[in-house]
This record gives sequence, C-alpha cells and structure tokens, in this order.
Amino acid sequence: MQTELLQEARRQVEICNACRYCEGYCAVFPAMHSERAFGDGDLTQLANLCHNCRGCYYACQYTEPHEFALNLPAALAEVRQDSWESFAYPSWAARRVQRSGVLIAVALVLGIAALFWAARFIGAAGGDGFYAVLSHNLMAAIFAPAFLFPLVSLAISLRRYWRATGGGAVRLADIVAAFGAAARLRDLTGGHGDGCNFEDEDRFSHARRVAHQMVMYGFLLCFAATGAGTVMHYLFAMPAPYPVFSLPKGLGLSGGVLLTIGAVWMAALKLRADRRLGAAHAWGAEMGFVLLLGFVALSGLALFALGATSAMPTLLALHLGAVLAFFLLTPFSKMAHGFYRMTALVRDAGRKAAH
Amino acid sequence: MTQTYDIVVIGGGNAALCSAITAAEAGARVLILETAPKPYRGGNSRHTRNFRCMHSGPLGPLIEEYSEAEYFADLMKVTGGKTDDHLARLAIRTSQDCLPWMQAHGVRFQPPLSGTLSLARTNAFFRGGGKSLVNAYYRTAQRLGVEVRYQAAVTHLELHGDRIERVDYDHRGQSHQVTPTSVIVASGGFQADTDWLARAWGPAAENFLIRGTPYNRGIVLADLLAQGAQSVGDPTQCHAVAIDGRAPKFDGGIVTRLDCVPFSIVVNKHAQRFYDEGEDVWPKRYAIWGRLVAAQPGQVGYAIIDAKSLDLFMPSVFAPLKADTIEGLATLMDLPAEGLRATVEQFNAACGDPSGFHPTEMDSVTTTGLTPPKTNWARPITQAPFYGYSLRTGVTFTYLGLKVDETAQCSTANGPIRNLWAAGETMAGSILGQGYLAGFGMTIGTVFGRIAGREAAAYAN
Repeated sequence: MQTELLQEARRQVEICNACRYCEGYCAVFPAMHSERAFGDGDLTQLANLCHNCRGCYYACQYTEPHEFALNLPAALAEVRQDSWESFAYPSWAARRVQRSGVLIAVALVLGIAALFWAARFIGAAGGDGFYAVLSHNLMAAIFAPAFLFPLVSLAISLRRYWRATGGGAVRLADIVAAFGAAARLRDLTGGHGDGCNFEDEDRFSHARRVAHQMVMYGFLLCFAATGAGTVMHYLFAMPAPYPVFSLPKGLGLSGGVLLTIGAVWMAALKLRADRRLGAAHAWGAEMGFVLLLGFVALSGLALFALGATSAMPTLLALHLGAVLAFFLLTPFSKMAHGFYRMTALVRDAGRKAAH
Repeated sequence: MTQTYDIVVIGGGNAALCSAITAAEAGARVLILETAPKPYRGGNSRHTRNFRCMHSGPLGPLIEEYSEAEYFADLMKVTGGKTDDHLARLAIRTSQDCLPWMQAHGVRFQPPLSGTLSLARTNAFFRGGGKSLVNAYYRTAQRLGVEVRYQAAVTHLELHGDRIERVDYDHRGQSHQVTPTSVIVASGGFQADTDWLARAWGPAAENFLIRGTPYNRGIVLADLLAQGAQSVGDPTQCHAVAIDGRAPKFDGGIVTRLDCVPFSIVVNKHAQRFYDEGEDVWPKRYAIWGRLVAAQPGQVGYAIIDAKSLDLFMPSVFAPLKADTIEGLATLMDLPAEGLRATVEQFNAACGDPSGFHPTEMDSVTTTGLTPPKTNWARPITQAPFYGYSLRTGVTFTYLGLKVDETAQCSTANGPIRNLWAAGETMAGSILGQGYLAGFGMTIGTVFGRIAGREAAAYAN
C-alpha cells in the first residue's frame, strides 16, 4: 500500500484521537479511540469501516483553512481505495478498473459484443424464449465461470485483508452483528438517526442511505431471481420462460425496479456531493460502476417488457453482455466495497466483543 | 442597503444564534453580522463540546439528577464566591428548559465522550461537538428567515442618550450603516487582541496562546465601554488553561490540551517545581494551571513523565519529546540538565510507597518533606524512556465585559440602554468573577441568548 496515503491518514487520525468530538457518528471513532498508535493495518481497518457519511467533516473545527487541514473522509477514502487495489487478485486489474470509468464502459461494450458474437455464431439449439437466441447450456458455459472467478478472486482478497488488519478467529456472533449493521446501513444514520451529510453540505438526510439500500436490496432481489430460476431449472425441471406470477419474475421485476431507481438516485446524489471529500481519482470509476448497475437493471426491465417482440434478441445480448461485464469486474470495481465493508464490520464486532 | 431590520445581532456563535432564532420566532426581522468568514463562523462555540445543565431527573443524555443547589455549590467553589448570585441562579434554573429547546432547534446530543465519564451526570455533550451545534443553529435560523452576513465587522454602535441609534460595519471593503430597532451584542471577549491583553497583564501576555477564534478582538466591547456602557469584571480574569506549548497561536482548540500534569512533575525554565501537581483530579484543576504557568518566567512550564505514565492520560495531538536519560530530555527541552536531574532526584527521594497508586481517583500517594509537595499520584520518575511536554497558557475567553441585568439588558451610569442587550462571553463576567466550570459558558450563552432575543423582539414589536 502507498505509504504517503497511510502517513497522511495517520497524521489526521492522531489529531482526531486527541479531539474525540465525533465519537457518536459512526463505528470509525470508537474503533479509533481504543488505540493510541496506528499501524498500517489499523488505518486500513478504520478506512474500510468509514462509509463516507461526511458527518465528521462538517462537524470538524480543524478543516481548511485551519492549519491542521483535516479532511478525514477523503484521507480514509484514499487509504480504502488503495487497500482495495492492493488486496485485489490480480491487483493490476483493480488498479486500472478502480481508476477509470472509461474502462468500465469499454468492458460493457466488450461484454455486449461477446454476447452478440455468441448469439450469432454459436446460437441456439432449438430452445424456447431466450433459449431460442442462446441455448441454456451456452449461457451456463459463459456465466458459470464468470460467476465463479469473482468469488475466488474476492476470497483471496478478503483473506489478504484479514491478515493485513490482524484479524483473529471469526465468530458467528460477529458475522450476525455485521449483517445487522449492513442491513440497516447503520453507519449512515449519523448515530442520531437524522442520516448523513452528503448532497447538501451539513444538512442531514437519509437520501444516500435509502438510495444505497434500494440498490443493495434491488441487487439482492435480482440475484435471488436468478437463483430461483437456477433451482427451478435443475431441481424441478422447470426451465424458463416463466410466467409473470412466478418466483423468478416477481423477484426480478421488483429488484430491477428498485435497482434502476436506486442507481439513478445514487448517481444524482453523487453529482451534487463535494468531490473533495472522497477519493479524487476514483470518482469516474465509481460513477461508471453505478451507471453499469443501473444499465444492468434497466436492460433487464426492457427485456421483461419487450421479451415477446422482435427486439428481444438485441435486448438479450445487451442485458447479458452488461451482466457479464458486471460479474467479471466485481472484484476490481466499486462492487468489491460491499465485501470489504462486511469484513471490516465483522472485524469491528470482534474488537467490541473483546473489549 | 434598502432593507430594514428589527434586530441586528452582532456575533455569530451560540449566544448570537440563540438570540436570533428566539427573536425570529417572535416575528422579528433579524440580521446577523458575523466578523468571521463562513468556514470560521461560530466564534468559540465551534470549539465547545458540552453544556452544563441542571436537571431534576434523567433528561436527554443526562443521568440521575443535578440540582440547583449542587450546581450553584459547584459554581461557588470555582469562583471563590465571586459571582452574581441572582444571575447565576437564573442561568442554572433556566438551563433545564434549554436542553429540550436546543433539541427542538436541531442540536443533537451524544453519550459522554471517552475520557469524560466524570461529566456524564452534569454535562450534555453535543454530537459532533460545538461546530455541529453551530451548523444546526444556522440551518434553523436561515429557515426562519434570519439573514446572515459573514465577514461583516462591526466598527461602531452610535449610542445617543439611552438608545443605540445606528450600527456601522465593514463588509467586503465597504462601510455600511443599519438602523435597527434593537441591537444584541454577542461578540465574545477581547482575548484575541494581544495589545489589550498586554495592557491588563503586562508583556507576559505576548506569550499567551489563544485557544479559540482569532476574531474575538473586543472591538464592539471597547466601543461601548468608551461610550459609557457599564462594565463588569476584572481585565486580568479569564478562562485560561495550561495547553501544549507547541499549539498554534490561535484556534488550537481541544486537541492542544494536556492531561498529563497529575502524573508528572512540572518545572519552570530553571528546572524548578512550583506547584502541587497532584492537588486534585485533573478535571477540577486544569483551569488553574493556565494562571500558574502564566506566573512563571517566560510563561512556560515543562511536564516530565516516565514510561510507566505515558498511557494514563488522553493522547495529545503533539507527540512528547522523548529521551533515554533525564539529562537527554533536558537538552531536548532547553532546560538546564544538571538542574533537572537534581529536581527529579530530589522528587524521587521524597516519594514513598507507590503501591496504592490509582490513576483515576485521589490516591494519597504523596511525597514527604518536599516543597511544594505532590499530594497524590507521586510515583518516582525512574523508568526510561522519559517524556516531556512544554506547557503554555491558553486563554479561552476574557471576563471583562458588559454588565447586564436579568433581562440581559445593558446600561450606562444613567440607567438602562433601552434597545441594547448582551449575551454570551461578552457578558459572562456578570456571572463569572473568576475561575471556570466546564460547560458553563454554553449555559450562559444559551440562557442569556434566548432572553436577549425575547426582550429585543418584544421591544421591536
């Protein structure tokens, strides 16, 4: 990891640790205040606990023009970003993808092109519905590795993270606590329940928290839809297409709508927020990722609406191409943040239990 | 400048905002003139963290009970009886109503911060500290239609008979005049004007550090005193604590505090001790050390600890100087090496059995036959490495101010000034003759800010 980023975070954290006014905002400060000296692993853990709610920035008496020049959300965002890039497997991929929205767009185009190519030159083996364009076996042949590779890559990354931050044995109670915090996005409540500071300086609002949860739950619903379809296909010999009132369609439709609205909202909030309070060079890639997620959801909805028309094969290639790009980019894009955050929350729950 | 205002509030901190919000809610058109630019708005309030509050039962974040009698007794202890009984009791009694009022106007509280458990019953901590309180009040004020002008430096209030006729201020290089019906002064003490401090304290004041805003230069205070406004308080009295000598001249705030004194010996530049470092627990003694250090040559002190005490107090923002020998530390700190070694040896020889040492309560682990003694936490300084911090006087705010009555109204020798009220540090000398009680400044500001706003609005209507 980059020493100058860690050094700057250490300088700021030492000032924060002598002040402690922000203790009530989020999990970062109680974790910080239990230490007196901050190693690289400690700073990495604090950085991954930080949800960039910015409460501490707007409450800070030492922000510029004060000579202490505190900007803790940015300092931690830089360390966090750097940690994701260096723990990624392979890390060169993350270094490129985490810094470039253009690269995400290129991946999207390549994914779509690959699907068009597959549809055109390999095609179907006489299936129904979507399988008339791409056979089920071909879809599985493309997406099974595209799904498994990110999981393997992320597992390696999280192991690296756990080691770097000095994590010990994992307890079930810590995992439960972490899921509880993530399910409510506790660290964007401001501690007082008024929300966070993001799109309008020091005004507290729940906008980012709600938008993020729409994206997260929307994504999980879509994922559950795919899972339900897979189970129905293999276990119950009920291949697609499914009717509107079926588990895969019901989950997928509600998830797609949530995810689309959430992604557009997140992007709009991001445009209004002060960029100097985040990792400066990652802004484009973060925006690219939010838009990619939105595109995945929107193209899925379009497919749902126009699946019976002649636009279906084109829409299918667009949607599946976007999904392919999304999966392959997962360990190297902003998508990885969810996995690191969960790990950091588990680690923090363990710290609290040990105290 | 064609708009007219019922009320002009001078200053932009807690007292100013409480008065502006109260007046605006009573229907007045209010203009706030804040000298500081927006990032530094809020005066000393941006550095505060809590509010001392009477309560007859659990209230918000506060536990148990803190009665008027106990609160008043705590105040009398620190002021040595130098307080206005009537105004002090008014502030204490009203504080209980203030807490829900603060919450209703956007202030959020939090459980006591780590290291401040001793204040859990008496002081309500602002979530995010004083700047978040200031932010919340500005949001509320602006929603109520209060107009705020930053970098608006008031230069003169024209007092004619028993009325303020005009307010002059500079804004972006231009002079302006406003003629409101009522005026509220809430622009703090004069501590940032080193020349004024030096007139009161002598040249020693040049070595003082100012813990808070550089914008409290007492310009309005001086202007009103020159026109015969009645004053209260002694110009040498102020809230002053011993802070890290490496703190910036202004605005160092909370992170420059040093809590190591009870576990240390403190010497002057001649390596001589000068006061009992272990007289009482630090929260009860930190406010006297500012004056103690101010009385030493060069207005500087040096706290020396050894390795076993390093983790017993809140970390300071500046790392201590560190050496393997006392002489080495003396050299780093520019102290006479022989002298420091002798002082430490003499202290160590006077230490008795340290087995009863208890860092968070008075443990009577004391020296014998030493002058001055160290009456608690007296453990020999023997375990390398040795650490040192320099201490300087950090002034929070001065007490010389405007004399007010129970309606926060100012006066001249001829009687009340009919349309002038004061709130906050600029009138705190009416209550604090000397000494300081943690969180009481915010109580005075909130209580008298609200009174001033109410009275000024009633007069304007």
